[in-house]
Amino acid sequence: MSWQQVLLQQLVNGLTIGAVYALIALGYTMVYGILQLINFAHGEVFMLGAYVGVAALALLGPSVSGLPAGLAMAAAAMAGCAALGWGIERLAYRPLRRSPKLTALITAIGVSFLLQNAVMLGFGARDRRVPNPLPAVRWAIGGVAVTGMQVVIIVTAALMLVLLHRFIRRTRLGQAMLATAQDPVAARLLGIPVDTVIAWTFVIGSALAGLGGVLFGLYYSTINFHDGYLTGLKAFTAAVLGGIGNLPGAALGGVLLGLLEGLSAGYLSSQWKNAVAFLVLVLLLMFRPRGLMGEQVADRA
Amino acid sequence: MKRRGLFLAAALVILPVVDGNAYHLDVLTTAWLYALLALGLNLIVGFVGLLNLGYAAFFAIGAYTYALANLHAGVPFWLGLPLAAVVAGAAGVLLGLPAIRARGDYLAIVTLGFGEIVRLVVTNLERWTGGPNGLMGIANPTLGRYDFGVASAPYYWLTLALVGLVIWVSQRLRRSRIGRAWAAIREDELAAQCMGIDTLRLKLLAHGCGAAVAGLAGCVFAAKQGAITPDSFDFVVSVTVLAMVILGGLGNPLGAVVGAVVLTVAPELLREFAAYRMLLFGATLLVIMRVRPQGLLGTYGAPAR
Repeated sequence: MSWQQVLLQQLVNGLTIGAVYALIALGYTMVYGILQLINFAHGEVFMLGAYVGVAALALLGPSVSGLPAGLAMAAAAMAGCAALGWGIERLAYRPLRRSPKLTALITAIGVSFLLQNAVMLGFGARDRRVPNPLPAVRWAIGGVAVTGMQVVIIVTAALMLVLLHRFIRRTRLGQAMLATAQDPVAARLLGIPVDTVIAWTFVIGSALAGLGGVLFGLYYSTINFHDGYLTGLKAFTAAVLGGIGNLPGAALGGVLLGLLEGLSAGYLSSQWKNAVAFLVLVLLLMFRPRGLMGEQVADRA
Repeated sequence: MKRRGLFLAAALVILPVVDGNAYHLDVLTTAWLYALLALGLNLIVGFVGLLNLGYAAFFAIGAYTYALANLHAGVPFWLGLPLAAVVAGAAGVLLGLPAIRARGDYLAIVTLGFGEIVRLVVTNLERWTGGPNGLMGIANPTLGRYDFGVASAPYYWLTLALVGLVIWVSQRLRRSRIGRAWAAIREDELAAQCMGIDTLRLKLLAHGCGAAVAGLAGCVFAAKQGAITPDSFDFVVSVTVLAMVILGGLGNPLGAVVGAVVLTVAPELLREFAAYRMLLFGATLLVIMRVRPQGLLGTYGAPAR
């Protein structure tokens, strides 16, 4: 392979995982934008998405295969995680709305431990194989290998971002979300049902994370109960990278982080790729603490 | 109150004489180690209000400092202890530097990233740190001719003494000029700055002090275990220590110790339900935050006068 091919290959691989980070980062950034809460449980919701997808496929049995089976996995994961996100918000975060921020943060960490260990007890601690119902396609474009799964992931993530963007711009609920993020008190004064809006934020963010989980599981063909932690952390990094509270920023951050990881895996070593991701995060926050696109977020400290 | 406290302290000191059960002592020694960490983190999060999610990094730096100094240069434990504190403290000041720009949650994320970087560097620098297998054959502490070895009681007394020392220093610090300036920064940084407080220097000082305490704990941990691996310093440790500080009552040194004891002893009592331990740990955090968000002993302790 020539160096151009190596570079392109790493970029394709990085873009794929970056698209998954972007999907998860959207949920982090939406919740943070409204509640200023780092929702540590979000990575766990992502991980559970993959498990729900596997369970759905097993329920369907061998009669369904191909695209319908893949869509069913995605739909089940999105629905399951949406319900989970709603439940988490309702049971864990809503009662703490008036408490100090640290209280909610510790609660989020508690929820994360709870979910992680519930999955470990329910599904076992070993890696679980994620069967892929989609046909395994592989193209070689100019010496660069691109799999069908990679195309699916990138296209799905892009589609979801566009849909979410339109949803927020065009619908009443979306506008209510923007208003609540800007000023919850004023939003409530204007008759916006803030609690409902927050619940929907969790539902949408969790559904996207669930979808991300299925895509992640299908891409790596395996899922483990602690995959949510590191991937969640990186998705959060992506959200901060793009400027937290900023939706296009989260997507950009996800893609950039993925590309960076791909490059460091290809040119340094795969052991160091995680360290590089965090190093960039630390440096970025030192020199541009608001993230790349974060200038719109007011400092509420 | 004061007499009861002295009585409790005396009871804790003579405990190994009365109860020779090595398991009990080991659990409590672990609790004291965590109490040290919680006290150190309390300086940063409780006194100054700077959220830190990568505190285990300083614990790791302390442990590896002593381990490497001991294995390569034969540095004895009692010299390793201040060395680990100084190196970890320096790392704390270094990490505090981003605090010039980053604030609030952003600072929390910087610390989280720093914690991950330290763990990954330790895991990947196999030539020096032994990688995922860690380091072995680290010397136990000695006192004159006496080698601590694998006995339980000496480590119990050592860690208890360090906890007592750090509580004392914490309480003194809190009532000092520095402590009051820290409280001012925590309550309103801008106002503190306007009152002429050098917020940057004081924040770096808090990071340095807090990290140095973790360095002490790391050194004792390495010396007690004789072997260390990167697993002992992951994110869960940072989170557990933070939970201890908040559980006991943010800014309250005695609370930090109580939080550490509760969160160390409770999982041991639940050992029969080993598989459910972490599940229950998560549930406990939820319940306590819901029922008593100010922590068991209340926030900030007695007024700083």
